[in-house]
Amino acid sequence: MSVNFGSKRIVVGAHYGLRDWLAQRVTALLMALFTVLVILQVVLTKGSIGYDTWSGIFSTQWMKSLTFAVIISLAYHAWVGMRDIWMDYVQAVAVRLLLQVFTLVWLVSCSGWAIQVIWRL
Amino acid sequence: MTEAIKKQRPQFRNINAFKDLTTYRLPAAGWVSILHRASGVVMFLLLPFVIWLFDTSVSSEISFTKFSSAFVIGVGFLPAWFIKLVVLALIWSFLHHLFAGIRHLYMDTHHAVDKNFGRTSAWTTLGLSWALTILLAAKLFGLY
Repeated sequence: MSVNFGSKRIVVGAHYGLRDWLAQRVTALLMALFTVLVILQVVLTKGSIGYDTWSGIFSTQWMKSLTFAVIISLAYHAWVGMRDIWMDYVQAVAVRLLLQVFTLVWLVSCSGWAIQVIWRL
Repeated sequence: MTEAIKKQRPQFRNINAFKDLTTYRLPAAGWVSILHRASGVVMFLLLPFVIWLFDTSVSSEISFTKFSSAFVIGVGFLPAWFIKLVVLALIWSFLHHLFAGIRHLYMDTHHAVDKNFGRTSAWTTLGLSWALTILLAAKLFGLY
């Protein structure tokens, strides 16, 4: 085992990159399937979509749970993507850290709001 | 011998966004790639707006009326055409991101991808997302 602490610690590199890479793809697939599911429900509804039909799609418990999973997926997916962008374009460590913290706060706050919306239904 | 090595080679540092980037001629796959990023950023920044749309559309009859009227008379100081333009930007971003993502997943799972497939699939991604965006834009602005 190579030394991985103190000044020799690995700050970037193996393993967590693979985990995030895979997570980004798995969450993408889940969100894509969710999109198809919602679009199908809208398309298969006869007549114009009113409030009842639209909110009805999200009112069942299994749909709320699934939407919850999709919200968490979106946050994770967006975090990996935005982190990649900051790592590519922002070289100054302080600025990058600030932007990464902003990204996390932004995503966690948005997720909280979205989760509140589904369980208020 | 060292003279040959010391021969000046062009250095690409501090690339100027206006002087250098505009001279780059990206292949279709390059456009798909950078637009995949750009569309992701657009959706990331507009996330609160998306949740607001979701919130007002599902929460109650009253909020649903507010949601619908945002596309007719606007909301707050924002006129309806502006809301529609932002929604259109979201529509394109989502479509491009989705198709580029599917292309990405396909290439991840099929290890040997040739140059020709890269080209045609890139053009397909660009074409599909733009075609659907134009179709939905016509719907959004009430052309049919």
